Formats: sequence, C-alpha cells, structure tokens
Amino acid sequence: MTHDDDALILYGERFASRLLLGTSRYPSPKIMADAVAVARPAMVTASLRRETAQGQASQEFWQLLKAMAVPVLPNTAGCHSIQEAVTTAEMAREVFETDWIKLELIGDDYTLQPDTLNLPTAASQLIRAGFKVLPYCTDDLVLCRKLVDVGCQAVMPWAAPIGTGRGPINPYALRSLRDRLQVPLIVDAGLGLPSHACQVLEWGYDAVLLNTAVALAQDPVAMALAFAQAVSAGRLAWRAGAMQAQDSAQASTPVLGTPFWHQT
Amino acid sequence: MTTLNLLINQKTHQLPAGATVADAAALLGLRMPFAAAVNLQFVPRSQHALHLLQDQDRVELITPVTGG
Repeated sequence: MTHDDDALILYGERFASRLLLGTSRYPSPKIMADAVAVARPAMVTASLRRETAQGQASQEFWQLLKAMAVPVLPNTAGCHSIQEAVTTAEMAREVFETDWIKLELIGDDYTLQPDTLNLPTAASQLIRAGFKVLPYCTDDLVLCRKLVDVGCQAVMPWAAPIGTGRGPINPYALRSLRDRLQVPLIVDAGLGLPSHACQVLEWGYDAVLLNTAVALAQDPVAMALAFAQAVSAGRLAWRAGAMQAQDSAQASTPVLGTPFWHQT
Repeated sequence: MTTLNLLINQKTHQLPAGATVADAAALLGLRMPFAAAVNLQFVPRSQHALHLLQDQDRVELITPVTGG
C-alpha cells in the first residue's frame, strides 16, 4: 500500500500526508522548519497579525514559509464575529495566495470554544466567496452536519480545548460523528500524544491538525516524526480493519498437540 | 479639514486629507506582504493607492505570523 493509494482528499485536492501541522510556539524558527521537514505535513497553518517591531519577525517567517514549500492553511484565529472572520479570511487569501482557510470563530475566551451558533453562517459566507473552508468546531453532531449542509467539504472537530493536550475527552461524540458523517473529518486541537492521533485515525478520522503537542515537546523535531508515524499507523490500522474485542480469553497458540497436556 | 485623525492598528495617527491606505502602510514602514482593512472591510492590494481614507477611519494592516 503506497501513499498514492490512500491520499487524503479535501475539496478535490490530494495530499500524501494526513498530518496538518501548526507553526507556532516552537523554541526557534529553525526548529519549526526542521519539524516540518521531518513530518512532511499536508499543510502548515499560519496566521495574520498587526505589524510589530518593524516587521522583522514577520519577514523572517514569510521567507521560511516560502522555503518550506508546504501548502499553507491560514487561520482566522482570534476572530469573535462573523465579519471579523470573513475580513480576516479575505486578507489571508491575498497575503498567502490561497483559497484555503481554517475558520476559527471564538465564542469563549477561556476555553477557546468555537462560536457554534454563528459558525455555519460564517462558513456559508466564505464558501460563497470561493474559499475552501475547514471549520474548527466542537464535536456536536448537529453543528457538524449543519456545516456540511452549508457546503463545507470537511469539518474539524476538537478533541479537547486548544493547547490542552488532553487527547479525545469525548470518544463517544467523536466516534458518533464518524459514524454519521461521510465527509472527511479532521481532529483539530487538544491532542497531546502520538497515541491520541493514532487513536482517532483508528476510529476512521481522516487526518489530524496539531501544533502545541509538537512545539512544546522537549524535542519538537523528534515529536513531529513520532506524530507523523502515529498518523500513518492509525490510518493503516483503520484500513486493515481491527478485530472485535472479546469477553473471554482465547488461546492464540494452537491447543492441539500441547505437550504434557492431558484431559482431567 | 486638512488633517485626518486615524486609528491605524489601534494607535492614533494623523495623515493629510487625501491620504490612502498605501500612505498608512508607508507610515508604518510596512513591507510586502501585508493586507489591509478599513472599518472592518477588506481593501484589496489593487486599491491600496486608490482607497481614500476618511477622518476617524479604523485601519488594520496585518502581516503573516506563525499560527496553529
């Protein structure tokens, strides 16, 4: 089985990797670039902010982004209204020269929970404006279905609040989503360990998007590779089809011909 | 009025009447790539030198940064 046999397809575009990686919070730009180089993600996320310090950091990041030659997924992080998100997306499209947008619409500053009530309207406006919208959302089935109804060809439920690294805190909800929705599902936010990523891929999720779990590892480059391998393993396991768990033990070694064995 | 009072990236600035988005960007010394919005409305790059600013306009000029 090659990567080509099993590409991730989003809005009709094929991606060899099922890992999407953030570019924030790394110890240095070089470590970030090295992490991206070993993980070979489908996309890297980026953002837009007001200019500071005469633009030096921004220019350096821009050059690095160009050199990495990985598709960019801009986000609308920090937006609290539909208008802010739409305007930010339009600015991102111009700067990053891409129609991809990770739609973030924050409804609560403490948990960074998405504004689930306004998310479908924002997504709908962006889709009508020609964006390929990947909405960051909760694991609510009705919300996710609504996002699909307004034209999202993939949705990105959280595993846990952004940056917590807690892993899937509601496995039932995530597995229900997978059962009920046919579009690509990407777990975005809350993953802390490669095993978390492997787990959701084993459940049939199509990809994961993460940042902090790699950036704040003691060795981000090694952790990036660990996540990439976990994602591949999880996907392969999903395709292979797992056995059903059993209640009683069943010897895996044949019983027939066991030495010293006798019937009592 | 010969002077415009503007809020550029949340800080007050003054520019002469007739100033454009491009003038606001030049005031901050911005280099490409950056994007602009005035009063929460996106202003495309092709309009930067044409979009006349009005007194009390809120101008946002943003550049690429890392993100998750």
